[in-house]
Amino acid sequence: MKTFQGKTLSWRVADGTIELLLDRAPCNEIGSATLAELEEFVAALESLQHDAHALIISSARKEGFCAGADLREVYERSQTLAVAERRAGIRDFLERIHRVMNALDSAPLTTIAAVHGVTFGGGFELALACDLIVADKMARFCFPELRLGLIPGFGGIPRLKRDLGNAVVRDLLLTGRSINATKAQSIGLVSQVAGGGDALRVARATAAQLGKFDRQTAIAAKRFIKPIPHEELRREIDIFCELFAQPAVQAGLRKFVESTDALPYLP
Amino acid sequence: MNTIEQTTDEILQLASQHFKVPLAELKPDDDFFTKLGINSLQALDLLTRIEQHFRIELPDYELQGVTDFRTLAERIQSRL
Repeated sequence: MKTFQGKTLSWRVADGTIELLLDRAPCNEIGSATLAELEEFVAALESLQHDAHALIISSARKEGFCAGADLREVYERSQTLAVAERRAGIRDFLERIHRVMNALDSAPLTTIAAVHGVTFGGGFELALACDLIVADKMARFCFPELRLGLIPGFGGIPRLKRDLGNAVVRDLLLTGRSINATKAQSIGLVSQVAGGGDALRVARATAAQLGKFDRQTAIAAKRFIKPIPHEELRREIDIFCELFAQPAVQAGLRKFVESTDALPYLP
Repeated sequence: MNTIEQTTDEILQLASQHFKVPLAELKPDDDFFTKLGINSLQALDLLTRIEQHFRIELPDYELQGVTDFRTLAERIQSRL
């Protein structure tokens, strides 16, 4: 399927590049609907990759790239379940999102996250699964999970550690602070910073450049330089599930859901 | 190095330009959420503009509870 229009995202192939566009209000929170469509995309990637050398993931939402997991859905679903079912449910969700992230991480084409605005939590983790991050100058990156008594659960810690090292992970994870695109570029997280509203254009220009190189060489280079940290990813799921069972998490999620702030995931 | 008054003036100018509010309507002790009519997401935009303008990093936890321009200027001043 070369084009797809879903409820939370769409994709199309143009000029040898697959463009995956996230579009779910308010800021592309990843819940069951987005996950199901991401799984459809990953399944379609098997055939799409024959028509493309690059993949760009971007957002149609003006608020940003992605604010992370849909915490409202997580909380509301967890309220209907017994503790054991709650843990099993969150593990199943994490296993599924990890399969998606791993498929994107190892996809046999070059992947670019074109981000702007809020790139938080699971949204940050989605960007980290890509080979390159092109950021609008107003983009901000953050792991806010510790505020809820959790760690990032979509593979972000192992991937950030793989790409930049443990000190950067500790800084962002343990403080929960957000950093801007300039800072993110200075530490090697962001490949290029674009002017306001230009991240997708810069990503397309980058994708066009990638198309000049031999495809098989690019795939071999990526496989060589970008191993998936499977063992740490497994451990991340286990730790997340252990933490998720703690009463403090339910209290944190309740506080989030009951907040009257327009965007309560922010600091 | 900027004085606190200069830093405050520059913040007011940044806020005025970015959020299209006449500079004359902004005062140092104003609540910027109310005066600019912004939410916490737009406050993050203001933080990014401030970091770019002053070439500093200002962790958002230092801004918790900060709602007026003067206190914001003090936080910035301590990073210059």
